[in-house]
Amino acid sequence: MTATSLATKKVKNRRPANSILSALPWIGPAILLILLVVVWPAIELIRISLTKITSAGALEGFNGIGNYKQLFENPDLRTIAIRTVIWVLTVVFLTVIISLPLAQLINQSFPGRKFVRWAMIVPWAASVVMTSIIWKWMLELTSGEFNLTLRQLGLQDGQPVDWLRDPRYSFFVLIWVAVFVSIPFTTFVILAGLQSIPHDIVEAAQVDGANSWQVYRGIKFPLLRNSLLIATIINLINVFNSFPIIWALTRGGPGYNTDTTTTFAYKMAFVEYNMGPSTALGVINFGFIMLIVLIYLRVTKATRDQA
Amino acid sequence: MSKQKMKFVWTPKKAATAISAYMVGLFFIYPYINMLLTSLKPHGELYSSPTKRLPQSWQFDNYIEVWSKAPIAKFLTASIVVSICATLLVLIVSVPAAYYVARNRFRGRSAFLLLVLATQMFSPTALIIGIFREVKFFGLLDTWLALIIVNAGFNLAFAVWLLSGFFASVPVEIEEAAMVDGCTRFSALRRIVLPVTLPGLVTAVIFTFVATWNEFTVALTVVSSPARQPISTGITTFVGQYDVAWEYLFTTTAIAIIPVVILFISIEKYLVGGLTAGSVK
Repeated sequence: MTATSLATKKVKNRRPANSILSALPWIGPAILLILLVVVWPAIELIRISLTKITSAGALEGFNGIGNYKQLFENPDLRTIAIRTVIWVLTVVFLTVIISLPLAQLINQSFPGRKFVRWAMIVPWAASVVMTSIIWKWMLELTSGEFNLTLRQLGLQDGQPVDWLRDPRYSFFVLIWVAVFVSIPFTTFVILAGLQSIPHDIVEAAQVDGANSWQVYRGIKFPLLRNSLLIATIINLINVFNSFPIIWALTRGGPGYNTDTTTTFAYKMAFVEYNMGPSTALGVINFGFIMLIVLIYLRVTKATRDQA
Repeated sequence: MSKQKMKFVWTPKKAATAISAYMVGLFFIYPYINMLLTSLKPHGELYSSPTKRLPQSWQFDNYIEVWSKAPIAKFLTASIVVSICATLLVLIVSVPAAYYVARNRFRGRSAFLLLVLATQMFSPTALIIGIFREVKFFGLLDTWLALIIVNAGFNLAFAVWLLSGFFASVPVEIEEAAMVDGCTRFSALRRIVLPVTLPGLVTAVIFTFVATWNEFTVALTVVSSPARQPISTGITTFVGQYDVAWEYLFTTTAIAIIPVVILFISIEKYLVGGLTAGSVK
């Protein structure tokens, strides 16, 4: 049982209602930290997006929607936006679809299950940028593990593939690495969902003669709805924000060939010093995440209200 | 979860399950095994043809030499200081908040919880330009303090949610008994409640530490001088323009990854609960 589910049962442990003033000494520091680290940068970002700003970062007065106009005049934006949608949907879809059976698998009992779970935690615990650099090495042209394995299996003869620099493959390689680092978290969320399914429901169905697929399809899968929803939403945000993978592997290149709106905004601001349109894109990115957060808050409201 | 004491009996079906699980496990650690093997190769073997997976001469010295090839000690010091300070800051701020929220109803309680939950969803990446300008405004560019505060802010939510669950599970009567015996509310919290909620505290500490340790985007943007960089951005030192010292690069990533993996595995049980903030049951 998780701590949070305990919380729902102990509502009576609370003292009667208080005013916010008596709460402030306790929750004030947390509010202050959030205002400073999250709210301030958000407001600053929006403010700058409406201001004329030089490449050195100096502000030169109100600019209306000038920065946004400049952003939308950028000929590369359309392709990058479309690629971002494909990126997020593909990575999240593959992650969830692969994690579902994996969670089921590591929920079975077999000798050494603990070690398999530990192995699956590794990509979750390890730094994403370091994992991406390891993949960069494994995808290396001549001595990388990828090409070596393909050669040994006889699947590649002649020229080895330059996975990261060949524009035909580089984007798929990024998707592969993003799915690799997203699966562990997703699998563990689904595993937690599986473990919370009461045994008696499953047993009752088995007594009634349901086979294991019917049990999964008819009982377990519907009860996993909540876990799946949460895992999907958190992944949507993480994958949309995923900067280290792309930065470590391709820098969004060649050109803007593997950029998403996240890396593109960063590149404009900190590589090309094209601050104006970058802040505009930053606000749009932020707005998109805000939207998903609102959906998340709505979706989780029912369970949170009990806590 | 209770340990299954039943004796395991092999059937073909179970063998198939076990073998596929082992393959899945191997798949997910394989890149890290590859990292370890590469970190033990001499430079000359990296691109040798034909390619060998295992080092032909095991170069354990790489783990000694790497310390003089790049300022790893500095990178690690930065990472350790920043991660510990961010963790302490998170604890100082989240323990009172989580405790109060678990024990009291007050106007604005839901709004506060909502604010906390929303911050958990935001990563610094989306706000990076705003963060950069704010840090510059306070004159904190290129400082550890900036990294400490930003990392603490973005990891606060996990700690508040996880800990309020733990606090709520401690019966209020125990605390009241202590207060009747002359404890102040604060000392009741310190002497009675905190020890009981130790697993939650440990989880919050490890989670914040590891998240800060691994943080990349803010460190990349805010800290530019190599002498102050943490390990997550410092490793790029090994990536030269034409040649990458992969063996030293991977020696360093191994040193940076192994401890946090062990820490993370130790809190496996509580991770999901904190991250999904009471939504998964």
